[in-house]
Amino acid sequence: MRELIVEAKDENLDEVLDFVNKQLEELDCPMKTQISVDVAVEEIFVNISHYAYSPGKGSATIRTEIIEDPLGVSLTFLDHGIPYDPLAKEDPDITLSADDRQIGGLGIFMVKKSMDDVTYEYKDGHNILTIKKNIQ
Amino acid sequence: MLDINKVVDGDKLTIVLNGRLDTTTAPELESQVNASLSGITSLIFDISDMEYISSAGLRVLLSSQKAMNKQGSMKVCHPTDDVKEIFDVTGFSDILTIED
Repeated sequence: MRELIVEAKDENLDEVLDFVNKQLEELDCPMKTQISVDVAVEEIFVNISHYAYSPGKGSATIRTEIIEDPLGVSLTFLDHGIPYDPLAKEDPDITLSADDRQIGGLGIFMVKKSMDDVTYEYKDGHNILTIKKNIQ
Repeated sequence: MLDINKVVDGDKLTIVLNGRLDTTTAPELESQVNASLSGITSLIFDISDMEYISSAGLRVLLSSQKAMNKQGSMKVCHPTDDVKEIFDVTGFSDILTIED
Protein backbone atom coordinates (compact mmCIF):
# COMPACT_ATOMS: atom_id res chain seq x y z
CA MET A 1 0.00 0.00 0.00
CA ARG A 2 1.23 3.47 -0.84
CA GLU A 3 -0.15 6.72 0.44
CA LEU A 4 -0.04 10.36 -0.57
CA ILE A 5 -1.37 13.18 1.60
CA VAL A 6 -1.82 16.59 0.00
CA GLU A 7 -3.80 19.72 0.62
CA ALA A 8 -7.10 19.37 -1.22
CA LYS A 9 -6.72 22.02 -3.92
CA ASP A 10 -6.82 21.90 -7.74
CA GLU A 11 -3.15 22.88 -7.98
CA ASN A 12 -2.24 19.49 -6.48
CA LEU A 13 -4.12 17.46 -9.10
CA ASP A 14 -0.98 16.85 -11.17
CA GLU A 15 0.89 15.54 -8.12
CA VAL A 16 -1.98 13.15 -7.38
CA LEU A 17 -2.11 11.95 -11.00
CA ASP A 18 1.68 11.46 -11.08
CA PHE A 19 1.46 9.42 -7.89
CA VAL A 20 -1.24 7.15 -9.33
CA ASN A 21 0.22 6.90 -12.83
CA LYS A 22 3.65 5.89 -11.53
CA GLN A 23 2.06 2.88 -9.92
CA LEU A 24 0.01 2.05 -13.04
CA GLU A 25 3.10 2.22 -15.22
CA GLU A 26 4.88 -0.26 -12.95
CA LEU A 27 2.01 -2.65 -13.66
CA ASP A 28 2.31 -2.18 -17.44
CA CYS A 29 -1.19 -0.77 -17.43
CA PRO A 30 -2.53 -0.16 -20.98
CA MET A 31 -2.90 3.52 -21.92
CA LYS A 32 -6.66 3.13 -22.38
CA THR A 33 -7.09 1.88 -18.80
CA GLN A 34 -4.76 4.56 -17.48
CA ILE A 35 -6.85 7.28 -19.13
CA SER A 36 -10.06 6.02 -17.54
CA VAL A 37 -8.37 5.80 -14.13
CA ASP A 38 -6.99 9.33 -14.59
CA VAL A 39 -10.46 10.65 -15.41
CA ALA A 40 -11.85 9.02 -12.25
CA VAL A 41 -9.01 10.31 -10.07
CA GLU A 42 -9.47 13.82 -11.42
CA GLU A 43 -13.23 13.84 -10.81
CA ILE A 44 -12.92 12.55 -7.26
CA PHE A 45 -9.97 14.69 -6.21
CA VAL A 46 -11.44 17.87 -7.71
CA ASN A 47 -14.74 17.17 -5.95
CA ILE A 48 -12.90 16.98 -2.62
CA SER A 49 -10.91 20.07 -3.50
CA HIS A 50 -14.04 22.11 -4.33
CA TYR A 51 -16.56 20.93 -1.78
CA ALA A 52 -15.19 18.93 1.18
CA TYR A 53 -13.91 21.85 3.22
CA SER A 54 -15.58 24.80 1.52
CA PRO A 55 -14.90 27.61 2.36
CA GLY A 56 -11.98 26.34 4.48
CA LYS A 57 -9.00 24.13 3.72
CA GLY A 58 -8.07 20.55 4.50
CA SER A 59 -6.21 17.51 3.32
CA ALA A 60 -6.94 14.60 1.02
CA THR A 61 -5.33 11.20 1.40
CA ILE A 62 -4.93 8.88 -1.58
CA ARG A 63 -4.03 5.23 -1.00
CA THR A 64 -3.19 2.81 -3.78
CA GLU A 65 -3.19 -0.95 -3.53
CA ILE A 66 -2.48 -3.67 -6.06
CA ILE A 67 -5.11 -6.35 -6.37
CA GLU A 68 -4.11 -9.74 -7.71
CA ASP A 69 -6.13 -12.29 -9.65
CA PRO A 70 -7.46 -10.60 -11.62
CA LEU A 71 -4.78 -7.94 -11.67
CA GLY A 72 -6.13 -4.54 -10.78
CA VAL A 73 -5.67 -1.47 -8.70
CA SER A 74 -7.66 -0.13 -5.78
CA LEU A 75 -7.59 3.59 -5.02
CA THR A 76 -8.99 5.01 -1.80
CA PHE A 77 -9.68 8.71 -1.26
CA LEU A 78 -10.12 10.00 2.27
CA ASP A 79 -11.06 13.44 3.52
CA HIS A 80 -12.35 14.69 6.86
CA GLY A 81 -14.65 17.31 5.41
CA ILE A 82 -18.42 17.60 5.14
CA PRO A 83 -20.03 14.12 4.99
CA TYR A 84 -21.00 13.58 1.37
CA ASP A 85 -21.92 10.41 -0.49
CA PRO A 86 -21.37 11.12 -4.19
CA LEU A 87 -22.95 7.78 -5.12
CA ALA A 88 -26.29 8.93 -3.71
CA LYS A 89 -26.50 11.58 -6.41
CA GLU A 90 -28.93 10.77 -9.20
CA ASP A 91 -27.31 10.03 -12.57
CA PRO A 92 -27.66 12.81 -15.15
CA ASP A 93 -30.10 12.22 -18.01
CA ILE A 94 -27.68 11.62 -20.86
CA THR A 95 -30.42 11.48 -23.46
CA LEU A 96 -31.26 15.19 -23.27
CA SER A 97 -30.31 17.60 -26.04
CA ALA A 98 -27.45 20.06 -25.61
CA ASP A 99 -29.82 22.89 -24.76
CA ASP A 100 -31.48 20.88 -22.00
CA ARG A 101 -28.35 19.31 -20.58
CA GLN A 102 -27.03 20.66 -17.31
CA ILE A 103 -23.43 21.80 -17.23
CA GLY A 104 -22.61 19.82 -14.07
CA GLY A 105 -23.19 16.39 -12.57
CA LEU A 106 -21.18 14.39 -15.08
CA GLY A 107 -18.06 13.69 -13.06
CA ILE A 108 -19.20 11.01 -10.64
CA PHE A 109 -21.32 9.45 -13.39
CA MET A 110 -18.15 9.00 -15.47
CA VAL A 111 -16.46 7.41 -12.46
CA LYS A 112 -19.31 4.95 -11.98
CA LYS A 113 -19.36 4.04 -15.68
CA SER A 114 -15.63 3.58 -16.11
CA MET A 115 -14.58 1.79 -12.90
CA ASP A 116 -15.23 -1.86 -12.06
CA ASP A 117 -16.27 -1.09 -8.50
CA VAL A 118 -17.03 2.10 -6.54
CA THR A 119 -17.90 2.16 -2.84
CA TYR A 120 -18.45 4.91 -0.29
CA GLU A 121 -18.53 4.90 3.47
CA TYR A 122 -18.41 7.51 6.20
CA LYS A 123 -16.31 6.32 9.09
CA ASP A 124 -14.56 7.96 12.04
CA GLY A 125 -15.22 11.41 10.63
CA HIS A 126 -13.91 10.56 7.18
CA ASN A 127 -15.45 10.31 3.74
CA ILE A 128 -13.92 7.17 2.26
CA LEU A 129 -14.41 6.57 -1.45
CA THR A 130 -12.80 3.49 -3.00
CA ILE A 131 -12.57 2.71 -6.70
CA LYS A 132 -11.28 -0.47 -8.28
CA LYS A 133 -10.19 -1.02 -11.84
CA ASN A 134 -9.14 -4.27 -13.45
CA ILE A 135 -6.05 -4.08 -15.62
CA GLN A 136 -6.54 -6.28 -18.66
CA MET B 1 -0.79 20.89 -20.67
CA LEU B 2 -2.99 21.98 -23.53
CA ASP B 3 -1.98 23.86 -26.67
CA ILE B 4 -4.81 25.96 -28.12
CA ASN B 5 -4.46 27.18 -31.70
CA LYS B 6 -7.14 29.27 -33.35
CA VAL B 7 -7.60 29.84 -37.05
CA VAL B 8 -10.24 32.30 -38.23
CA ASP B 9 -11.42 32.21 -41.83
CA GLY B 10 -14.26 34.72 -42.27
CA ASP B 11 -17.08 33.55 -40.05
CA LYS B 12 -15.48 30.15 -39.52
CA LEU B 13 -13.34 29.47 -36.45
CA THR B 14 -11.21 26.33 -36.11
CA ILE B 15 -9.72 25.56 -32.72
CA VAL B 16 -6.97 22.93 -32.72
CA LEU B 17 -6.33 21.30 -29.35
CA ASN B 18 -3.19 19.38 -28.46
CA GLY B 19 -2.78 17.78 -25.03
CA ARG B 20 -5.07 17.33 -22.04
CA LEU B 21 -8.41 19.09 -21.63
CA ASP B 22 -8.90 18.81 -17.87
CA THR B 23 -9.62 20.78 -14.70
CA THR B 24 -6.37 22.68 -15.08
CA THR B 25 -6.66 23.62 -18.75
CA ALA B 26 -10.44 23.90 -19.31
CA PRO B 27 -10.80 27.45 -17.88
CA GLU B 28 -8.26 28.83 -20.39
CA LEU B 29 -10.06 27.18 -23.31
CA GLU B 30 -13.42 28.44 -22.07
CA SER B 31 -12.22 32.04 -21.87
CA GLN B 32 -10.58 31.81 -25.31
CA VAL B 33 -13.79 30.42 -26.82
CA ASN B 34 -15.93 33.06 -25.16
CA ALA B 35 -13.63 35.81 -26.45
CA SER B 36 -13.71 34.51 -30.04
CA LEU B 37 -17.31 33.62 -30.87
CA SER B 38 -18.57 37.04 -31.92
CA GLY B 39 -19.66 36.87 -35.58
CA ILE B 40 -18.75 33.18 -35.90
CA THR B 41 -21.33 30.89 -37.53
CA SER B 42 -19.16 27.78 -37.86
CA LEU B 43 -17.05 26.51 -34.97
CA ILE B 44 -14.79 23.49 -35.45
CA PHE B 45 -12.77 21.76 -32.76
CA ASP B 46 -9.95 19.66 -34.22
CA ILE B 47 -9.10 17.26 -31.41
CA SER B 48 -6.96 14.66 -33.20
CA ASP B 49 -4.09 15.44 -30.81
CA MET B 50 -6.20 15.79 -27.68
CA GLU B 51 -5.34 12.69 -25.69
CA TYR B 52 -7.56 13.18 -22.65
CA ILE B 53 -10.80 14.85 -21.59
CA SER B 54 -12.43 15.02 -18.16
CA SER B 55 -15.82 16.37 -17.17
CA ALA B 56 -14.33 19.87 -16.89
CA GLY B 57 -13.46 19.63 -20.58
CA LEU B 58 -16.85 18.21 -21.49
CA ARG B 59 -18.45 21.20 -19.81
CA VAL B 60 -16.57 23.58 -22.12
CA LEU B 61 -17.68 21.63 -25.19
CA LEU B 62 -21.27 21.64 -23.93
CA SER B 63 -21.31 25.38 -23.23
CA SER B 64 -19.74 26.00 -26.67
CA GLN B 65 -22.42 23.83 -28.29
CA LYS B 66 -25.14 25.76 -26.47
CA ALA B 67 -23.67 29.06 -27.65
CA MET B 68 -23.35 27.87 -31.25
CA ASN B 69 -26.91 26.52 -31.29
CA LYS B 70 -27.95 30.19 -31.13
CA GLN B 71 -25.65 31.51 -33.86
CA GLY B 72 -24.63 28.68 -36.19
CA SER B 73 -23.16 25.21 -35.95
CA MET B 74 -20.35 23.35 -34.23
CA LYS B 75 -18.35 20.27 -35.17
CA VAL B 76 -15.89 18.18 -33.19
CA CYS B 77 -13.42 16.47 -35.51
CA HIS B 78 -11.08 13.49 -35.29
CA PRO B 79 -11.39 12.29 -31.68
CA THR B 80 -9.06 9.48 -30.59
CA ASP B 81 -10.67 6.14 -29.70
CA ASP B 82 -10.22 6.83 -25.97
CA VAL B 83 -11.87 10.24 -26.19
CA LYS B 84 -14.63 8.83 -28.38
CA GLU B 85 -15.38 6.26 -25.69
CA ILE B 86 -15.77 9.04 -23.13
CA PHE B 87 -18.19 10.83 -25.50
CA ASP B 88 -20.16 7.58 -25.81
CA VAL B 89 -20.36 6.88 -22.07
CA THR B 90 -21.53 10.40 -21.28
CA GLY B 91 -24.07 10.69 -24.09
CA PHE B 92 -22.02 13.46 -25.70
CA SER B 93 -21.89 11.43 -28.91
CA ASP B 94 -25.57 12.28 -29.34
CA ILE B 95 -25.44 15.99 -28.58
CA LEU B 96 -22.25 16.90 -30.41
CA THR B 97 -21.70 16.61 -34.14
CA ILE B 98 -18.65 14.40 -34.28
CA GLU B 99 -16.64 13.71 -37.43
CA ASP B 100 -14.02 10.97 -37.62
